[in-house]
Amino acid sequence: MRNIGLNLFNWIDQRFNISPLIDYMSKKTVPIHHHTIWYYMGGVTLFLFIVQVLSGILLLFYYRPGADSAYESMRFILTKVNFGWLVRSIHSWSANLMILFAFIHMFSTFFTRAYRNPRELTWVTGFVLLALGMGFGFSGYLLPWNELAFFATKVGTDIVGAVPLVGDFFLKLLRGGEDVTGATLTRFYAIHVAMLPAIFTVVLFLHLLFVQRQGMSVPENLEKIPEEKKKEMAFFPNFVIRDALLWMIVLNILLFLAVFYPWDLGFKADPFAPAPAGIRPEWYFVFMFQTLKYLPAHILFIEGEIVGIMFFAIAALAWALVPFWEIKRKSDSKPNPMMLIGVISLLFIGVMTILGYLT
Amino acid sequence: MKNSRRNFLNFLIGGSLFGWIASIIYPVFSYLKPPKIPEASVNSVKAGLASEFPVNEGKIIKFGRIPVILIKTDAGEFRAFSGTCTHLDCIVQYRSDVKQIWCACHNGFYDLKGRNVSGPPPRPLEEFSVELQNDEIVITKQMS
Repeated sequence: MRNIGLNLFNWIDQRFNISPLIDYMSKKTVPIHHHTIWYYMGGVTLFLFIVQVLSGILLLFYYRPGADSAYESMRFILTKVNFGWLVRSIHSWSANLMILFAFIHMFSTFFTRAYRNPRELTWVTGFVLLALGMGFGFSGYLLPWNELAFFATKVGTDIVGAVPLVGDFFLKLLRGGEDVTGATLTRFYAIHVAMLPAIFTVVLFLHLLFVQRQGMSVPENLEKIPEEKKKEMAFFPNFVIRDALLWMIVLNILLFLAVFYPWDLGFKADPFAPAPAGIRPEWYFVFMFQTLKYLPAHILFIEGEIVGIMFFAIAALAWALVPFWEIKRKSDSKPNPMMLIGVISLLFIGVMTILGYLT
Repeated sequence: MKNSRRNFLNFLIGGSLFGWIASIIYPVFSYLKPPKIPEASVNSVKAGLASEFPVNEGKIIKFGRIPVILIKTDAGEFRAFSGTCTHLDCIVQYRSDVKQIWCACHNGFYDLKGRNVSGPPPRPLEEFSVELQNDEIVITKQMS
């Protein structure tokens, strides 16, 4: 048996020369220190993405896009198809957990300043992945064609429409017309199951390639300690086994949530019904939603919503480009300006999200 | 001489490359831009019997492809406005407790003249005319 495996390996190695690659990977190590835990967050996000792809493919076997069929096919999946409710619930829960872990991963990277030279592009690709992930969330949210999704999409696409100059073009591009209709659903379906996965896969490949090529970043204060005092573990098998164990734990949590808190389908969307009270978007959009609620109709001479949208657009761009403009700490006695920015951002998101659920 | 010939060729090839890219992008974007579907424009709709409409209530009426909110005030007077919130496109509803028009999405309020009175809405709701023809409610678009 061992011989067959070895022969097969040699056969492939002769043709593709993979030995150097394996040699490289076998020497790969992961530093051990009190922030090592954060190294696992990206892996968990990746695992949840894999769950998304697999459960999403399963849903495609029964889901039928269209204003007259989407909700009905979802109800069919939930009530008639064997384990349909479970697959759908896993897809929804895993989507939310994926965004949550992406946020944790991003903030841990931010606070340990792992984005600094030479890992600027790892940060940028990571940000693009988060943005695409939120795009997945937004486009997927509409697919069951329920009341909440319908209004979330109306608001979300209307925000796009408020962008000066190009807004109207993109609004029609996204909606497939003036209003949110069955045409919007078909477009979101194409975006959700074909366009975003294709782009996401390419960016994800780059992101992982950068991480593999450059290895793990070490917090600055640990860079200075002498070589002989630095601790590390082998990537294969030590880190990978720990990763696998955590993936199993996350899978169990996911299954627990999916089974005991199955996702609701809600009521079918009706384009001629008022928005229901207590309407709000998915939790990761709530902080923006809540901010828009607080803005007055006009700020100076500009409409409040445009001010809000511009504020978030500029903040997002600044966040994506953090490695290129970060403010260096002048002396150890002063508070670190980047830490301050991180804490304020986190507080803002946290407080606005909580307020969004309380009011 | 040789250099200028090279420049000329670079310009030609570069230019045709640009043209080639444009010839792909243009049809793709045109394809994605939804075609305009001609619709019979609606100028008025009938919205049921006035005597059957409860006092201090509101209802969303289909006015062609746009929603219109029809309200019967305490005084028994009918008012109609565009049902689409001027903030971010949600559909509004009548709140009989505060006697105002309310948008649940971002907590915007309009008074019974359609004026934006609190919350984020930037503009008033467009008003529609309401007439009674033998107890039948008829909503008509106002000529601007």
